[in-house]
Amino acid sequence: MSAALPGPATLSWRDWLLTDTPASRAQAAWGRRYRLWRDFRANTLATGGLVVAVVLIALTLAAPWLATHDPGVQELANRLQPPSMAHWLGTDELGRDVFSRLLYGGRVTLGMVVAVVLMVAPLGLAIGCVAGYAGGALDRVLMRVTDVFLAFPRLILALAFVAAIKPGVTSAIFAIALTAWPPYARLARAETLTIRGTDFIAATRLTGASATRIVFCHVAPLCLPSLVVRVTLDMSSIILTAASLGFLGMGAQPPSPEWGAMIATARRFILDQWWVPTIPGIAIFVASLSFNLLGDGLRDVLDPKQR
Amino acid sequence: MRGRLRALAGTLASVPITLFGLVLVTFFIGRVMPVDPVLAIVGDRATQDVVEQTRLELGLDRSLPVQFLIYLGKLAHGDLGRSVMTSHTVVADISRFFPATMELATAAILIAVLIGVPLGVLAAVKQGTRIDHTIRVICLAGHSIPIFVLALLTLLVFYATLGIAPGPGRQDVVFEDMVPAVTNLLTVDALIAGDWGAFRDALAHLAQPAGVLAYFSMAYIARMTRAFMLDALSGEFIITARAKGLPAARVIWRHAFGNIAVRLVTVLALTYAGLLEGAVVTETVFSWPGLGQYLTVSLLNADMNAVLGATLVVGVTYLGFNLLADVLYRLLDPRVR
Repeated sequence: MSAALPGPATLSWRDWLLTDTPASRAQAAWGRRYRLWRDFRANTLATGGLVVAVVLIALTLAAPWLATHDPGVQELANRLQPPSMAHWLGTDELGRDVFSRLLYGGRVTLGMVVAVVLMVAPLGLAIGCVAGYAGGALDRVLMRVTDVFLAFPRLILALAFVAAIKPGVTSAIFAIALTAWPPYARLARAETLTIRGTDFIAATRLTGASATRIVFCHVAPLCLPSLVVRVTLDMSSIILTAASLGFLGMGAQPPSPEWGAMIATARRFILDQWWVPTIPGIAIFVASLSFNLLGDGLRDVLDPKQR
Repeated sequence: MRGRLRALAGTLASVPITLFGLVLVTFFIGRVMPVDPVLAIVGDRATQDVVEQTRLELGLDRSLPVQFLIYLGKLAHGDLGRSVMTSHTVVADISRFFPATMELATAAILIAVLIGVPLGVLAAVKQGTRIDHTIRVICLAGHSIPIFVLALLTLLVFYATLGIAPGPGRQDVVFEDMVPAVTNLLTVDALIAGDWGAFRDALAHLAQPAGVLAYFSMAYIARMTRAFMLDALSGEFIITARAKGLPAARVIWRHAFGNIAVRLVTVLALTYAGLLEGAVVTETVFSWPGLGQYLTVSLLNADMNAVLGATLVVGVTYLGFNLLADVLYRLLDPRVR
């Protein structure tokens, strides 16, 4: 191939990334990232998942500019319309524009997911690393607590919590977070147990590093790849739990355009105006599927032994 | 063998602690959270005397630890309190609704195994081909579709449009109370009574919700089967079996599958537990009078005794299935020391 001819003396950025003799730590790190990215790109389904997820997030962020109507304005003369030029995805039972509500609803649904993940992942990582590194009584107590929370199906515990507090987005976020952290703690602990015995940790300890420093600067970062995989795969189940809470009337409350709640209010029209409840359903499906595909691809790249 | 038994004893010893934790969590949801249990029972128009009286009856004037001990004592006698909504005891309600959920979950897991296991084996044997990718997408879709959307769509297609499936509920009005209740599993009861019409009706009503529920579990079972099979198929004993010239079907089903069957049994136990969660949502869509519908209706009526009782029962069942998975794995798989 002609492209293989040695070019001018300058190295292309690709050669710089892929060199076997990196000149600096940064170069080696970026080279590794680039190789991972290449492996990831080779997986068409996963790349598709990434693209769809990014597009969905961009769409919901840009909702105020993209929405064709105000998501709250009712037009009772125009209720339950099929998709048309005026209303791209039709109107719901109060004559509100479904397309605009879908965009704003994505903010609620995806916002809930982000909030849950931001709360749960660091917490689970910290608990798991501390338990795994400390061992002994602390480990046993922490893992026992984890077991108790793992002993409830996620949706049911979340339902009971939300019912006791007050149905709404905030309590739904806390309820899902409460049920979502144990698997992360388990995972981080398992990783920590293998890392704890390695030579480089022993060397760090010999140099006088404190336990806190070892856990948070040396152990925790190494748990990150498997945690990221788990988070991505979990995103879809968090989306489904949030939507189920909304559907059962325990999550976002009706005027709010949350996807699950939209289906709940429109479900009585399934037999005649099937598209009204189906369209938010498709949105949930697409969001959840994209995160599943993405997580699946990430696992193959970051965590090959899990394959 | 000794080591195995000791590990088993360790697992069993942890059960009471986890159970205690379960009870503690449900107790705290019920008592510490801002819903006032007195108001829920007497309503907000009651006089001060009635409110005070109820508060004393519920033991709410005592300290929290004492209340917890009383709660534990009642629990030990099988007393979960009374449901405000149905005015029956929660235990009576649950024993009426639970069989319906078990029937649904059992039917779902049967369907899921019958489809999921062959799909998983097929995907593993055809690894990397178009068949494998198709099965992977089918499974991921099963993980991604909200179960209530799938349920609504099947009602739309099979009930409303094609008219080949019965509507929501467990049986037709015609058959209501026609078959003597023995197990409260309608299909089984109909068989015991020898009433074929009732059996066919119950089965037809079961098919849709069970099918919807099965899709989700099928996806998980197929995925796990594929992973286990890939592992088994790369073993040296498979190469030997192939080199001996054994037929492919025998190598796959007898040699490879035989090796993963034990691990699959544990996956099944876990899946069964997971079905309880899906059952909650499925039951509300299909008006299936099971534990899930009981739970959601109680939730909407702020009937906390019923909610906590149902939550606790689900938690204990879940724990039981997890334990079963663990015990089966330890007992059946000789590789676990």
